[in-house]
Amino acid sequence: MEMTGAEIICESLLREGVDTIFGLPGGAVLPFYGALSGYPKLRHILVRHEQAAAMAADGYARATGKVGVCSATSGPGATNLVTGLMAAQMDSVPIVCITGQVPRAAIGRDAFQETDITGITLPVTKHNYLVMDVRDIAPAIKEAFYIARTGRPGPVLIDVPKDVLAGDKIEFEWPDEVDLPGYFPPGAPDPRQARAAADLINRAERPVILAGHGVLISRAWNELQELAEKAQIPVITTLLGIGAMSTEHVLNLGMPGMHGMAYASLAIDRSDLVICLGARFDDRVTGRLSDFAPGAKIIHVDVDPTEFNKNVVADAPVLGDLKATLRALIPMVESNVHLDWIKETDTLRAEHPSLFIRKSDVLLPQQVMKQISDETNGEAIIVTGVGQHQMWAAQHYGYKEPNSLITSGGSGAMGYEVPAALGAKVGRPEKTVWSIAGDGGFQMTLCDLATAVENNIDVKYAILNNGSLGMVRQWQDFFYDKDFFATIYSGNPDFVKLAEAYGIRGIRVTKEEDVAGAIQEAMETPGPVVVDFVVKEDEFVYPMIPAGESVHEMLEEPEAEGVGFERA
Amino acid sequence: MNALSREQHTIIALVQDRPGVLTRVAGLFRRRGFNIASLAVGASEQKGLSRLTFVVTGDQYTVEQATRHLEKLIDVVKVSNISEEDVVARELALIKVRTTPTNRSEILEIINLFRAKVVDVGTLSLVVETTGEEEKIDALYDLLRPFGILELMRTGRVAMVRGKTGGRVSDDVGADALIMGRNGATAELAVGSAPGHYEGV
Repeated sequence: MEMTGAEIICESLLREGVDTIFGLPGGAVLPFYGALSGYPKLRHILVRHEQAAAMAADGYARATGKVGVCSATSGPGATNLVTGLMAAQMDSVPIVCITGQVPRAAIGRDAFQETDITGITLPVTKHNYLVMDVRDIAPAIKEAFYIARTGRPGPVLIDVPKDVLAGDKIEFEWPDEVDLPGYFPPGAPDPRQARAAADLINRAERPVILAGHGVLISRAWNELQELAEKAQIPVITTLLGIGAMSTEHVLNLGMPGMHGMAYASLAIDRSDLVICLGARFDDRVTGRLSDFAPGAKIIHVDVDPTEFNKNVVADAPVLGDLKATLRALIPMVESNVHLDWIKETDTLRAEHPSLFIRKSDVLLPQQVMKQISDETNGEAIIVTGVGQHQMWAAQHYGYKEPNSLITSGGSGAMGYEVPAALGAKVGRPEKTVWSIAGDGGFQMTLCDLATAVENNIDVKYAILNNGSLGMVRQWQDFFYDKDFFATIYSGNPDFVKLAEAYGIRGIRVTKEEDVAGAIQEAMETPGPVVVDFVVKEDEFVYPMIPAGESVHEMLEEPEAEGVGFERA
Repeated sequence: MNALSREQHTIIALVQDRPGVLTRVAGLFRRRGFNIASLAVGASEQKGLSRLTFVVTGDQYTVEQATRHLEKLIDVVKVSNISEEDVVARELALIKVRTTPTNRSEILEIINLFRAKVVDVGTLSLVVETTGEEEKIDALYDLLRPFGILELMRTGRVAMVRGKTGGRVSDDVGADALIMGRNGATAELAVGSAPGHYEGV
């Protein structure tokens, strides 16, 4: 059957198994929407801002492991996707964005709502396409999905001029395979590289595993656990690696780095081998590179060869898919108990109790996170933006399952939590989804509460409301002479009334004793709910390794309040 | 081996002829902070594929990163760092020299000495064409400079690995390598190039 370009896109999306598209139409992309209305199997979720479309697609992808899809029109619609694309690119998330473009004859003439979106998005996409011929649409979509989900995943954008969407009709042909002579996602590792890594593991006396997002992307959490248990190696998870091993597992030593658990950072510091699995030695993890794991050899397993030696020189780089690599490694690794080393990490844990929550007359954000963890039994999907709330969510929630923390890591995009939670809930409707926000980030994207209401997407929004840009304020306190310039939010709305204005339940909590009840009430209420937790305004995230410093400069606890700690 | 400066590396990339491929390559170099000393682009022996010759300035770390990032581009089929190889490297230059009736023969003598060619003769100038390694072009330029250089145009280096004497084609940037894919090239990862350090962000 002959089809327009717009219909070919819809057919191609069905072939790729797409069920949901987050988007917002406009002039140039309208022919696509004209076709989409005839495809009820492709659920379109209308957002209020295109940034939410990209971030919802991202949240959907992280929650499901499938490719997320979003669409926007040309010009401002497309540029509004950019921050979401950056978030997906930095955190290796597979999404495909379809944008409308002005008609071919108008390209390059500064037409209404024309922008060079393929040029603009070069640095924030894994690849992108400007499709100038209707015959190229189906191959481009097939390639885009293949590129997005394989190797190191990432966002792919397809820009289609209006007259390619709505012009010539051609016979729809779905290509059997992709033709990409320059793209070879690695599979199993080179046996020599795996052997070199195994030899280092077998010789190590104080090894640690640094598990990153790659473990989740490659769905290698069982293999990770098998390796860790076989050789009794403590597992440290990066922010994006959280969930790769249950926090209840005795070998899980938590998150390292700038706001990680002190014992995790100290264990890396004292180790003689760091086995880095699908992580990229981000500056938030390593601190000052010259002081990172000074006594350790480094094994670096990654699917992306540009990561080797980028920040940390690897003694044994292993290029390969992580799951395949671990399967190759496990038989080569000898059983071990590492008794002295495990005891030492236990001592570190006991002597550096980074997760103590002190007593306070004012509601503390850590108490809120701990309570959400308890009330959901550590089984919810937690979605955060960036800042203090993100770090408290990483520290005080007991994650039990893979892909249960969805957070804007590398990009550090405020406002990610509102739309990404929508995507996560749409992708995993059976899960309880809590979006944890600060009052700053929440106000960046709160317009998409309307999307939650309109589509009855049952996300519970917790605002850790300290009336300020808390993390920035913390840096001002520590490093800028307490000059709290431009970080105090004195004009915040009443978030309860705001929720009510959207026709949903709003709850305000100001006292610790009301926290559990409010969380329960939110979860018992069908549909989206906003809970405004009014928390201590000058609470800081500890531990902290200041930027560019090492574990030896770590601030473990507030100096003036260093006494009277008590386990919460 | 070619008399290359330690800081200069010759990288050859085989790329698909697609719109925007040069932008992708140039954008990559700009945003990752790699310096291109020269770049030459032209058709390859394979239809639909072009060959780029870069001269990249930087230390071992920079050139390793540049090479791997180039390989990561979807439209880039194959990348080779041929700095350590036995290569034929050439550049073409056109030089417009100011002449007077009294010095013309002196200029022509220099040109002949370099086996360069005069490709245009004006009343007050000559256009000289020369091909060779950069050092030869530099030397010719230096000798002609006292007469007055009106214009200089250099193509940048193009380079190719020499054939082995056994008659086997040794340019691993060709079709054989293409069929093998890139994994072979990345299986042996160089160890030991240290990244630069920076203040905390």
